[in-house]
Amino acid sequence: MLRLPPFEYLAPKNLADAAQLLAQYGDDAMLVAGGTDLFPNMKRRQMTPKFVIGLNALRELRGIKNENGNVVIGAGTTLTQISQSLNLSALATAAGLVSSPQLRNAGTIGGNLCLDTRCNYYDQTFFWRKAIGFCMKKDGDICLVAPGGNRCWAISSTDCAPVAVALDASVRLVGPKGERVIAAAELYRDDGMDYLTKARDEILTEIILPPADGLRSTYLKLRRRNSIDFPILGVAAAVRVAPNGIVEHARIILGAIASHPVQAIDAEKILIGQRLSDDVIAAAADAAFKPAKPMDNADAAYAWRKKMVRVYVRRALTELKEQN
Amino acid sequence: MPNNHNLSVIGHAQIKIDAMGKVTGETKYADDLVLPRMVYGKLLRSVYPHARIIGIDASRARALPGVFAVITGKDLPIKYGIMPSTQDEEALCVDRVRFVGDPVAAVAAIDEETAERALELIEVEYEPLAPVMNIRDALDEKFPQIHAYADHHNIHKFVALEFGDLDAGFRAAEYVREDVFFYEGDTHLAMEEHACIGHFSADGKLTLYSSTQTPHYVHRALEKALQFPRGHIRVIAAPVGGGFGGKTDPFSHEVVACKLSMLTGRPVKITLTREEVFYTHRGRHPVLMWIKSGVKRDGQITALHFKTILDGGAYGSYGIASTYYTGALQTVTYKIPTYKFEGVRVFTNKPPCGPKRGHGTPQPRFGLEVHLDKIARELNLDPAEMRRKYVVDDGTQTVNHLTITSCGLRECIDEVVKASDWKNRKSQIPNSKSQIKRGLGIACSSYLSGAGLPIYWNDLPHSGVIVKVDRGGGVAVFCGSTDIGQGSDSLLAYIAAEEFGLKPQDIKVFSADTDLTPVDLGSYSSRVTVMTGNACIQAARIVKEKILQASAEKLLVPPASLAMRDGVVICEDDENRKLSFVQAINLAEAKFGTLTGTGSYKPPKRAGPFKGSGVGPSPSYSYSACVAAVAVDTETGEVKVEKLFLAHDGGRAINPLSVIGQTEGSAYMGFGEALMEESAFRKNMHKIPSLLDYKSPTTLDTPELHAILVETIDPEGPYGAKEAGQGPLLPVPPAIANAIFDAVGVRIDEVPITPDKVLRALEEKSKGNAPRFGPKDFPVIKMPEAIKVEPPDAKHAPRLVQ
Repeated sequence: MLRLPPFEYLAPKNLADAAQLLAQYGDDAMLVAGGTDLFPNMKRRQMTPKFVIGLNALRELRGIKNENGNVVIGAGTTLTQISQSLNLSALATAAGLVSSPQLRNAGTIGGNLCLDTRCNYYDQTFFWRKAIGFCMKKDGDICLVAPGGNRCWAISSTDCAPVAVALDASVRLVGPKGERVIAAAELYRDDGMDYLTKARDEILTEIILPPADGLRSTYLKLRRRNSIDFPILGVAAAVRVAPNGIVEHARIILGAIASHPVQAIDAEKILIGQRLSDDVIAAAADAAFKPAKPMDNADAAYAWRKKMVRVYVRRALTELKEQN
Repeated sequence: MPNNHNLSVIGHAQIKIDAMGKVTGETKYADDLVLPRMVYGKLLRSVYPHARIIGIDASRARALPGVFAVITGKDLPIKYGIMPSTQDEEALCVDRVRFVGDPVAAVAAIDEETAERALELIEVEYEPLAPVMNIRDALDEKFPQIHAYADHHNIHKFVALEFGDLDAGFRAAEYVREDVFFYEGDTHLAMEEHACIGHFSADGKLTLYSSTQTPHYVHRALEKALQFPRGHIRVIAAPVGGGFGGKTDPFSHEVVACKLSMLTGRPVKITLTREEVFYTHRGRHPVLMWIKSGVKRDGQITALHFKTILDGGAYGSYGIASTYYTGALQTVTYKIPTYKFEGVRVFTNKPPCGPKRGHGTPQPRFGLEVHLDKIARELNLDPAEMRRKYVVDDGTQTVNHLTITSCGLRECIDEVVKASDWKNRKSQIPNSKSQIKRGLGIACSSYLSGAGLPIYWNDLPHSGVIVKVDRGGGVAVFCGSTDIGQGSDSLLAYIAAEEFGLKPQDIKVFSADTDLTPVDLGSYSSRVTVMTGNACIQAARIVKEKILQASAEKLLVPPASLAMRDGVVICEDDENRKLSFVQAINLAEAKFGTLTGTGSYKPPKRAGPFKGSGVGPSPSYSYSACVAAVAVDTETGEVKVEKLFLAHDGGRAINPLSVIGQTEGSAYMGFGEALMEESAFRKNMHKIPSLLDYKSPTTLDTPELHAILVETIDPEGPYGAKEAGQGPLLPVPPAIANAIFDAVGVRIDEVPITPDKVLRALEEKSKGNAPRFGPKDFPVIKMPEAIKVEPPDAKHAPRLVQ
């Protein structure tokens, strides 16, 4: 089997120690929680940190609690635990669709939100990447998906991020200069390489969900198989419908079609002030479909993946219409 | 169902003798073995798809502490290969690499990490050559030639055979149809990656422990590649964690582990990574097919003309046999009076293709069965009934000289028609308005129960068994056959237990060890049950006869009145006259000396009188029929296979549980090939060499599997058994394709049937274009003149009805 590169594993006992170690070792260190993303990547030499700081012993990062009407989820809470928490609605759905049961038992919500962007030119062994000619995300200079351009097109492949954004969640980041709370949408950047706005010395500690307040939400995931696979499209949708049936608030966030979760703003605008009729839903689905530009760096034909945006947005909104 | 009353073990559900060891983790697979002073080997592989090797500098690797040896092609210059006529493989490439992943150098080091570091220090200078990446490039002579020995440039092999008067057959037809199909390549995906240990011991003898399906052929290849006498080499097949044909060639890592051990004097283990297994490959050939048939209005076939082009990858492997197999078994299901087959295998710069479950036959079966479905639709015939009407008869020969000893295909069709409620399928009942449309499709197939001829020409037995009975009551069976999970060790135990009136748990089986066990050719071509089974019966009955004779003398009864059952030798006429098994064998040993019996099996000689007749003959053929029930999402093109009904005539089911398991396993694998598995290439490289990205169905994707056993009692098989390990895969992909047509009226003439292809065909249909996705044409190739072969003796052969 593939062997891990040599590294030193550090096991801080609390958040302060973890932050201190991260500050101390800087770019030579990486954080690990469940390890379901980092360790396979290390085996393929996509990352070769000298120090790996394990967050598993940090009790303060675990668990789900209510605070001032918000639901606060510790970043170290496993995806299995989240998937079994019914009050988390679409986030529970998304967490339950990540990979396989074994990996959900190990993987955490914080890890899923910070999941490395994926690309089938990048998520390969060192040997494979060497044979094809390294890409800019690791060891090379160009993007093999779009060699003419100057950016990396690796795909945001987290199931939980589109939902967190759709639910207007925020995240708490703790660093050497203190802590800050930012909107989940602000955590991501449209850049396959530098895809998080989290500084390297910050630790994501919490996900904060605002009160549901009648919000209807759902998450649909497209993938080849019913288990194991990363999304090749994720649609997180949330609407708030007034008693008279008019949509007051709408969020449609597309995952796995770009380097960041994409807000389908035009589609959202179509919904606001309207009833969720089949025509309105179809128009919104069309508006989400048009700007979507999946590329040829994930499973399945990319033209088909684009077509599925329309189908999946329509299905997600239809589900919300019926969700009463 | 056959009568199993006189049999106490055979025909009854049994637990496999190795089951508990496997489920408790006790079984030691090749990678679990650890020998004292063992070191680890790793292979440096080519990063070019096609290149000359200008030079290799391994000095820095050799200087690395912890490195014991570094070797290159110069250390192993002798070519080998599974087929005698295609000895084109080098353990390490000498002067040319032919695909990304071709091994060029190897290291033995104190651990795998050190070996990997050493590989990084080996400098190879290459001169790149233009890569040949698909069938069309291989037919284009402007690309460089990959092997000098090919029939023509990059055409490895031409086969052209004509049986009977094809033109007359087409003249007799009332409807003629042509189609083109493509079946993408895929791989075995056995859970266990290949692993081996080469051990050159202090006594100057060499032992290889390996996860191989064919220790005998590896034994032969090691002798040649290492130039070391076979009598001093021992090959032991460790328990194999899945084979499916992926462990039937002699491999580079096996030769290299032995060589490194000979150089270092230490045991050397090499375990491939999953990615390396994708490069080692020998999986399903991609096959482009053209088919033209003539039929009567009721579907009776009058002529069949079939062409294939196989994308062979970089080496010969079993490719010549694969090429013949794409044609040979097309005749074994339905009566076909005239048949022409033209096959071509090309070399490309991809991992070599070889035998995967069904070896060369799922692709043509897909083409034929979808083609027949189109004919049935065109002629307004029930696809099941049309097939059923012209099933071959027992005791006949096909137009290409294959002998049908028993055929349960008609019963198989009846069973799946009944189980699937075929008569009420969609074309009979309109679908709802939902975007989900349901349909049923049927397909049939046949497969051989063991190749009638060995890989290399010889007149020796294909399988040998020794049975030894110990005076303490122990029964040991020795056989070269290799248990790859299919249950061949258990089979030997069931047979010995049946013959001696014992329980399978009373039998000890020693298999797949070239020093201890008589030769068996290996676990391929579904040959083991029939061949080792017959050899085992023969060996056991020799011992049994001695036991009965000695017992008869003691009991003062004639030997013919004695039976062995329930652990005793007993007189059928007077049940008070009996001996315990141990008493009886002690009497026998006293009378005859050490109690052993040997058995040997050679298949009947049935090859036809023409060149190329060696591929296709078999002691018997299994038959399968499948109905697939699918639900197609017309918005996404996604196909959900809801149920697979699979009836299989594997002759007598020696262990019905195992036969059901093999049938279900085959159905699962065929389903995966039909919908998602594919060896995809991009930029001259395998696109997805990992378990995550190479899509194989999970349990959540797998349909409900309904296996139905149809037990003909075949005259050639042990207790009437035929094969079950491969045949049931064959009808699944075409049944699914036909069901999709039944559901939504589009033809996907290409495997795998991905949602994208279905949706595109649906879009074409809604535009009023041909509702189809598949290859558009078949290349024109200048073929040699076909060898014309007279059909066999007219009274046995199918007749052309004028």
